[in-house]
Amino acid sequence: MKAVITVTGKDSVGIIAAVSAECAKYSANIVDISQSVLSEYFAMIMLADIDKLEIPFSEFVDRLSELGRGKGLDIHTMHEDIFNSMHQI
Amino acid sequence: MINTKDILETINMIRQENLDIRTITMGVSLYDCVSEDEDRLCEKIYDKITRCAENLVKTGCDIEKKYGIPIVNKRVSVTPVSLVGGNISADGYIKIANTLDRAAKTLGINFIGGFSALVHKGMTKGARNLISVIPQALSQTDFVCSSVNVATTKAGINMDAIRLMGDAIKRTAALTADKDSIGCAKLVVFANVPEDNPFMAGAFHGVGEPETVINVGVSGPGVVSSAIRRAGDCNLSELAEIIKKTAFKITRVGQLVASEASEMLGVPFGIVDLSLAPTPAIGDSVAHILEEMGLESCGAHGTTAALAMLNDAVKKGGVMASSHVGGLSGAFIPVSEDAGMIAAVERGALSLEKLEAMTAVCSVGLDMIAIPGDTSQDVICGIIADEISIGVINTKTTAVRVIPAYGKGVGESIDFGGLLGRAPVMEINRYSPAKFVSRGGRIPAPIHSLKN
Repeated sequence: MKAVITVTGKDSVGIIAAVSAECAKYSANIVDISQSVLSEYFAMIMLADIDKLEIPFSEFVDRLSELGRGKGLDIHTMHEDIFNSMHQI
Repeated sequence: MINTKDILETINMIRQENLDIRTITMGVSLYDCVSEDEDRLCEKIYDKITRCAENLVKTGCDIEKKYGIPIVNKRVSVTPVSLVGGNISADGYIKIANTLDRAAKTLGINFIGGFSALVHKGMTKGARNLISVIPQALSQTDFVCSSVNVATTKAGINMDAIRLMGDAIKRTAALTADKDSIGCAKLVVFANVPEDNPFMAGAFHGVGEPETVINVGVSGPGVVSSAIRRAGDCNLSELAEIIKKTAFKITRVGQLVASEASEMLGVPFGIVDLSLAPTPAIGDSVAHILEEMGLESCGAHGTTAALAMLNDAVKKGGVMASSHVGGLSGAFIPVSEDAGMIAAVERGALSLEKLEAMTAVCSVGLDMIAIPGDTSQDVICGIIADEISIGVINTKTTAVRVIPAYGKGVGESIDFGGLLGRAPVMEINRYSPAKFVSRGGRIPAPIHSLKN
């Protein structure tokens, strides 16, 4: 199972590092990253394997959004099933 | 493999276009609570509801977090109370209403439905007692919703019951006059009521339902509206395709949430209700979809056709997305809960008569419509009888939830706030149906051949 983590906000040094470190802390393994910066606006979609996640998923969602708040970023974490359901028959 | 475009589309639907799950409703059977003693009955009802739905709100919040989609309401529906109350006194029914309200408060849910009676063919003593205290029950409680089924296609229309409901609506409006007659927003009169409807105020746990069940109502007028806007100048066949595809996606989320809730709670999955349910929020309006389809204003000639097409396309898309579809499943056209409908009424484009015509092609009926507070009981009965007959003849569900705004007239409005919204008091036809209504009795079930 995977989580889709979207990060948006003003660009600064170390955003990917911070999000990656938080994922590593709870054993979420990053499998894909798509990232772009458009006139100082940072946008990233990260796909992380959560099979070995060490905390409940809802807590993981909270930890990442707390991390975002601390850095002035909007971080949303969603289970991949919602995308699979909507876009695949 | 999920791609970026799909991810962004979903996120955009949730954050910009108000996509949400409107409700997870747990149906709870109260049959095993039956008791001769009304206090014991209330105790058993309270215990059963609070035990069965103990984790409903928490589960809803967990799912919300997991999929990043708001689940606006967590609700409970119960067996129609008149079926478990049996022969208890009218005061006993008020006690049950207060018990339901207490259970709702303990659970932290938004509404509890099922203070209901099924009287389409006739009335038991219990049903009569329950109906007689609906006004008191709704004025003494905060979260209890009441519904009464007064007609079915197979049984015909029970005009005696309609007369009682006309009286109940008037009294409810008066008893809740201090809050813009809000009691009437929690009272629905039905024809062909569905037994698995997750939406309030008409939800109850039907007689053929299991011990407990999970039903889910989706939403998403904003998503459909945006999809139509993006489509630009396409023809109606193409437009129907776009609506179908959008409805499919919306309903898939409903199905996902329903299966997840059912698994987490250990309660069987019932149905997904495909209704497009608006809210007063900007960008979450069914009227705006119709306008996006090409009408200058909702209510213009062409509105019924546009709504018929919208409703049909939503069902076609939704049916394929869910394993079990039920409830009301159609576009809702409440006035107070839809910013576009409110605007259409205020600009004089949308009348009660046009709304009635629209209900012939969509669910669910004359919904959340404010009428002058001095409207007579007979006129209210006439409004109900007209709407109910549309359902009975067309073998569909219809309902009436009108609010005689106590002490107010045309030009004024009532404001409930929140999801119930705000409604301008609408002009009504004042000619009296008194003699017709007061005849009482039943309108026989309609013939279903020789269709014209």
